[in-house]
Amino acid sequence: MNINFTLISQAIAFAIFIWFTVKYVWPPLLRAIEERQKTIADGLAAGERGRHELELANQRSSDVLKDAKQRATEIILQAEKRATEIVEEAKKIAKEEGDRIIVGAKADIEHEVYSAKEALRKHVAELAVAGAAKILRREVDIRVHADMLSSLEKDLRK
Amino acid sequence: MASNTELTPTSYIDHHLTNLTFQIKEGAFWVLHVDTLITSVILGVVSLGFMWLIVRKATPGIPSKRQAFVELAVEFIDNEVKNTFHGDRNAFVAPTALTIFIWVLMMNAMDILPIDIMAWIYEHVFGLHNWRTVPTTDVNTTFALALSVWFLMIFFNVKVKGLGGWLHELFCTPFGKNPLLWILNLLFNFIEYVSKPLSHSLRLFGNIYAGEIIFLLLGMWAATGISGTIFGTLLGAGWAIFHILIVTLQAFIFMMLTVVYISMAHESH
Repeated sequence: MNINFTLISQAIAFAIFIWFTVKYVWPPLLRAIEERQKTIADGLAAGERGRHELELANQRSSDVLKDAKQRATEIILQAEKRATEIVEEAKKIAKEEGDRIIVGAKADIEHEVYSAKEALRKHVAELAVAGAAKILRREVDIRVHADMLSSLEKDLRK
Repeated sequence: MASNTELTPTSYIDHHLTNLTFQIKEGAFWVLHVDTLITSVILGVVSLGFMWLIVRKATPGIPSKRQAFVELAVEFIDNEVKNTFHGDRNAFVAPTALTIFIWVLMMNAMDILPIDIMAWIYEHVFGLHNWRTVPTTDVNTTFALALSVWFLMIFFNVKVKGLGGWLHELFCTPFGKNPLLWILNLLFNFIEYVSKPLSHSLRLFGNIYAGEIIFLLLGMWAATGISGTIFGTLLGAGWAIFHILIVTLQAFIFMMLTVVYISMAHESH
């Protein structure tokens, strides 16, 4: 319990140790710790940014999806409408075509009927003339009565 | 049986608490406690050197286990300093606090070593009859630290406030600027400046010295017989476990007081 030179020697040792710590121990570790803190802070900030971007992307994608759905519905509606239109048009065209065919067929039939009638008339006239000739063989001279015969034939043809 | 002379309680305690001395020159002051100096310097070199070796290769990436351990200690100190000292702590205060904490902790921790086994080793391995293991049981060590801190305190007072500012503070605080109070203020500050290093150093010295005495008393009890050995061993173990706390706590208190004193020197009233 006596104060002596040890005190001064210990104070010197203490001073040297403080100098050593201040100069060689503290700064490198502090630098490392600070650098790491910065890295961690940067990482956290980047993570936060990434999360935010992901949120935005999600929102965007859902928007796009919604839009696409709406467009698809519209397209389907349009297509359906167009389909019915096409069907209606086709029906109309078909009907017109049918009508035209019918009209053509009717005309054909009439024509056939007319030519059959004509042929029949001619035939009947010849028959009548032949019959009349048979009946009138003697009294009728073809040359004399040609006028009368041709007018008769004309009448029959009508 | 560390001594060849007849063993009495007094000689036992004396033996364990006698320093190995070296007379530099004539006079009571010029005595050097070789054991205190060498033990403390070895401890300082080993602990701070250990930190330096690790810190030299410190990486900002994933730290090795050893680096993480040092970082743990450093960040613990840094946090304590940050709460007390407001200023650029990295320039001086925080590393000083680290030095004090580590060094005092190591010196205090020497008292966990079993005294008689250590005495036997000193005697028979190194041939040293007197060797006090714990440097902080030497009042010179604690006074050296406390007085260094005291000078640092005055240095920072003058550095931060200027000589005039410091003198102004000595005369005008804490009671007021009135010239009638100057003497009272000065007296008050004088007592404060005297009591600071005394309480600072004697707290540490007293705690560790008393702890060492208890160890010695328990060691003596262990020499009285079989029951003494059993109880001495049990209580010695208990006291050693308790001392793990005391050792750390005293180192921490010593460091905190240093930081508080130095930060008080930075703040003007």
